[in-house]
Amino acid sequence: MSSDDRIKAQLMTPRDLGRTLDRMAQQIIERFDPDDPSPPSETHALVGMQTRGVHLARRLQRRIETQTGQEVPLGLLDVTMYRDDVRLRLEQPEIQTTRIPFDVTDREIVLVDDVVFTGRTGRAALDALMDRGRPASVQFLTIIDRQHREVPIATDIVGREVPTLPDEEVRVHVEEVDDEDGVWLVKTPTARRSADNAR
Amino acid sequence: MAAPASTAAPDRPAELRHRHLLDLSSYEADEIRYLLDTAQEFREVLDRPIRQVPTLQGTSVASLFFEPSTRTKLSFNLAAGRLSAETVSLSKSGSSVTKGETLKDTARNVEAMKVDVVVLRHSSPGAPHFLARCTDSVILNAGDGAHAHPTQALLDVLTMRAHIDTFEGLNVSIIGDITHSRVARSNIRALTSLGATVTLCGPATMLPVDVEDAMDVRTTTRLEAALEGCDIAMALRIQMERQDEGLFPSTREYHNQFGITTDHLRHHPDLLIMHPGPVNRGIELTDAVVDHDRAIILSQVTNGVALRMAVLYLLAPRREEA
Repeated sequence: MSSDDRIKAQLMTPRDLGRTLDRMAQQIIERFDPDDPSPPSETHALVGMQTRGVHLARRLQRRIETQTGQEVPLGLLDVTMYRDDVRLRLEQPEIQTTRIPFDVTDREIVLVDDVVFTGRTGRAALDALMDRGRPASVQFLTIIDRQHREVPIATDIVGREVPTLPDEEVRVHVEEVDDEDGVWLVKTPTARRSADNAR
Repeated sequence: MAAPASTAAPDRPAELRHRHLLDLSSYEADEIRYLLDTAQEFREVLDRPIRQVPTLQGTSVASLFFEPSTRTKLSFNLAAGRLSAETVSLSKSGSSVTKGETLKDTARNVEAMKVDVVVLRHSSPGAPHFLARCTDSVILNAGDGAHAHPTQALLDVLTMRAHIDTFEGLNVSIIGDITHSRVARSNIRALTSLGATVTLCGPATMLPVDVEDAMDVRTTTRLEAALEGCDIAMALRIQMERQDEGLFPSTREYHNQFGITTDHLRHHPDLLIMHPGPVNRGIELTDAVVDHDRAIILSQVTNGVALRMAVLYLLAPRREEA
């Protein structure tokens, strides 16, 4: 959490986050087509958005494998190159790894992010995916939907909807990056508009 | 499973403290590493079916090449195109330069057409620095006389990095006409600041005097000494026109003393070969060496595009500056 944040509420404990991921993995599994002769490991894929979406997607991948024995492939996506505000920022945002080790064409893709806000990151992610091929479908999964869309991007699998104020932000923390799991609603001194994630 | 290291937030100051890329002498090691890391991520774009991203839409890049170039010019233009920037290029022939227009006037005219970035190749050392002082565009040096060729050096170290664990303790030998080589100068700077040990090798007429103290390198006039304990050998192109200046007796003599052959590769089983191109086959390197598995010359070329994408991405002006 950035040092200027003032915590207003804890939205999820580590246990809540774990149960949310359990439920989301279940929702993904329910969409597997039992009549399809190809296994889900060949027809589906998870794409985690940098940074925290990658770790959340990895956890979903493990849950799906535990329950079904299917290792659904996992991709990493950094959308910086596709952002609409790249040249408006003072500092050029750092580019992180993109690695999609499968052909997206004809796959059912679940795009995983921690927080959805204006929808601009989701828009960029769709463009980034479409540049790699033609997926059979893309579902958008997010732990928190905090509303205030600026572009028409819908979510399909949502952990929790949280109406927020403009000067608030949502911090999703994962052990792999932040040493702890949990979700917090915080008040920031200067709310950053048009930033889906607190990076 | 994918390597987790690349997904964690890295602990480094992610910024360049420069507006231009004129030479590497003022770039610190952390800035060089940041450029290389960014280039590494752009490398991925080149392996896709659609090799273009919209990142620099609306940015215009002018390449002014007052000296011949294949690789660098194509590479900069491709890099700009892959980032969706708009490019215009100008070469010496067919431009007003042949009518006697000065560099400053040419550049100011190009700038008046609202160009954000100028890529400059010029035979006069310091020409990019001069432009940086007299225009407002971001200037990228694509080679100025015998002075500097920063993007070449950066793509060289980027290529090396794919083959090694660390630059600390790495031994790199640069072989050829060091005195007249901007590639050598920029590479020495990049390599030593990253922690590598550099040996320069060539005929005494092609080794700058006092370079050992000035640039913290070793020199030798014996190829065998340069290859002993060497991890990477970088051969430089011999400029045929220099033959008339009496710097070396003949190309055959040069090849006998400084040309790398398959015998050398046999004696040094881990040695990698690099060359900034264009190669004079049979002079700096034998045919068999150029086409050998351990010659990584073509990955240098591929990495050049990724590296120049990173440079453009990190240095293209933000909109409020424009």
